[in-house]
Amino acid sequence: MKKTVPNSPARAAQLPKCPTGIQGLDEITGGGLPRGRPTLVCGGAGCGKTLLAAEFLVRGAARFGEPGVFMAFEETEAELQANVASLGFDLAGLVRRGKILIDHVHLERSEIQETGEYDLEGLFVRLNHAIDSLGARRVVLDTLEALFAGLPSEAILRAELRRLFRWLKEKGVTAVITAERGRDHLTRHGLEEYVSDCVILLDHRVHEQIATRHLRIVKYRGALHGTNEYPFLIGEAGLSVLPVTSLGLNHAASTRRISTGIARLDAMLTGRGFFRGSSVLLTGTPGTGKTSVAAYFAEAAARRGERALYFAFEESPSQIIRNMRSIGLRLKPSVRRGALRFHAARPSLYGLEMHLATMFKEIVAFQPTVVVVDPLTSLLVAGTESETKAMVTRLIDFLKGHQITSLFTSLTHGGHALEQSEITISSLMDSWLLLQDFEGNGERNRVLYVLKARGMAHSNQVREFLISNRGIDLVDAYIGPSGVLTGAARAAQTAREKVEALGTQQEAVRHQRDLERKRTALERQIAMLRSEYEAEKQEVWRSDEQAGMRQRVLTAERTELARLRQADARTAGDGRGNSKPERIR
Amino acid sequence: MKTRTARRRKPDANGGPDKLWQLRLYVAGQTPRSQTAFRNLNRICEDHLRGRFSIEVVDLLEHPQLSKGDQILAIPTLVRKLPKPVRKIIGDLSDTERVLVGLDLRAPPREMTEAKASGDGGPS
Repeated sequence: MKKTVPNSPARAAQLPKCPTGIQGLDEITGGGLPRGRPTLVCGGAGCGKTLLAAEFLVRGAARFGEPGVFMAFEETEAELQANVASLGFDLAGLVRRGKILIDHVHLERSEIQETGEYDLEGLFVRLNHAIDSLGARRVVLDTLEALFAGLPSEAILRAELRRLFRWLKEKGVTAVITAERGRDHLTRHGLEEYVSDCVILLDHRVHEQIATRHLRIVKYRGALHGTNEYPFLIGEAGLSVLPVTSLGLNHAASTRRISTGIARLDAMLTGRGFFRGSSVLLTGTPGTGKTSVAAYFAEAAARRGERALYFAFEESPSQIIRNMRSIGLRLKPSVRRGALRFHAARPSLYGLEMHLATMFKEIVAFQPTVVVVDPLTSLLVAGTESETKAMVTRLIDFLKGHQITSLFTSLTHGGHALEQSEITISSLMDSWLLLQDFEGNGERNRVLYVLKARGMAHSNQVREFLISNRGIDLVDAYIGPSGVLTGAARAAQTAREKVEALGTQQEAVRHQRDLERKRTALERQIAMLRSEYEAEKQEVWRSDEQAGMRQRVLTAERTELARLRQADARTAGDGRGNSKPERIR
Repeated sequence: MKTRTARRRKPDANGGPDKLWQLRLYVAGQTPRSQTAFRNLNRICEDHLRGRFSIEVVDLLEHPQLSKGDQILAIPTLVRKLPKPVRKIIGDLSDTERVLVGLDLRAPPREMTEAKASGDGGPS
């Protein structure tokens, strides 16, 4: 809570904090170590106690303007400077500028004879003098327990240590006291009972031959703190603690899209590809083309003028470049241009934390917009399941925070049974593509599904995934009554369908021809009938003519007759109204 | 005398019996314990090193920077600067036997050696 509301009154009422400047540690402690109080850092040999203490001082002096005193009981000034120089700390420079004072306390038990009561006033005087000489605000005592080996009479020592811690508090310096891890107690000599304010436990565990460092805040009086074990690492720029949930879920979600590099795959994702800044999981059985899809994705980004970073954990960069050339994808120009960068490392090279740190460093240095991790699964074997999930979460948080689109490939072992680890990881992913191969008819064919794509209407169909020397192509798989057909079976089915279609077409043509023939026959018939009709018509017309002629002749004859008979009646041809001729008849 | 033989055997190797013993007592303020230590030291030296010793008392409250040189943590600490090698004796010097052993004026008694050997892994 306090992280999200930094100015709340609750925070103001809390203990004042002294920022360590150590990446991640201030996040889990809510601002740093308790100011003006001693903090105990305990852990076994070689787990980074001295480095943590040294970084606390160096950051304090260099970044927060708080000079510090390093009282070293085990290492000399020169040794200490050499050791922390590997972390990029300029201890010598800070010492020269009077920001840090290193005081090496040398104790040689064989030189010392105890002859009665004593106290540690000498140490107090010495420390006091060192603190006052540079106005130190921070003090490191590394490792105070050397006193137990160097001085006799434990009873006196304990009383004096109690006094020392009280004195440090009164002095108002923020102190880090390191101590060896004990068998039954946090520290070998039970120093934790004197330091009641803050106890940090460091641990260095080996799991399956890979060592991982952990940090845990055992106690932090008066402050909320993360109680988990956090992996931390010692990198080239100091310590960095990796709080799993440090960033929270508040990264901005982009609505801009980014092409997958494969047109048909874009089409399956509503035509425009993934969301920018999203995380994509690509799972598949061996040999299904995960790396090819990943390479297409990376290369597409490079061709758009963006930068792509490719983390290869199984193949060397030159091997990937060679293999991709065989499917027609030329990565070399992009690599040469600096648009595509490969980072290859064996997963077992170092622990997860170190991988993560290296990846962060690479990402920060290269500033890519696209990151490919190929394959994620081989990285997962470098740690336990919870660790890897934590790491992947952290990585995804980091990438999303930087609006980097990430593609993780993941190897599955045959079948459709998804592995547990995939299921846990998949919940972190925004999109999930599944590559699978189908076996049948003596061949294996690849298919691709989009299992999920948050925030977009994606295709639910299976696509056949073809890899040829011209590149990747997705074709519609044949989905029919006999199931999904791919490869040769799909080709055969298509051919069969083609034949059928051709047959139907020919049939239609034949029908048409028949019809045409029928039509011409019919037309011929019609013409014949018409000519018959014409002939008949002619005939009719001619007989009519003859009949008319006869009538006229008859009429003429009748008229002649009438004239001869001197009749004044009109001829029959004059009309019916005249009945005289009949009467005459 | 026991002390004589002890003194002769050891200091002979360190430059002869007549060599000056240079002792430095570190204290922090005039505390009762410091004063006890100074009195004890004076007494022992008068008994065993009459006329061949010098005692320098360093008060760290006045000269805190001097604590670094002799790696002083415990107070009071007696440092035998000469003869070499440097030996350190802490405490109020009330245990005379131990002071003599610590100054190499006497070989460590057997029970002490054994106690130390079983106690802390054994000194040189």
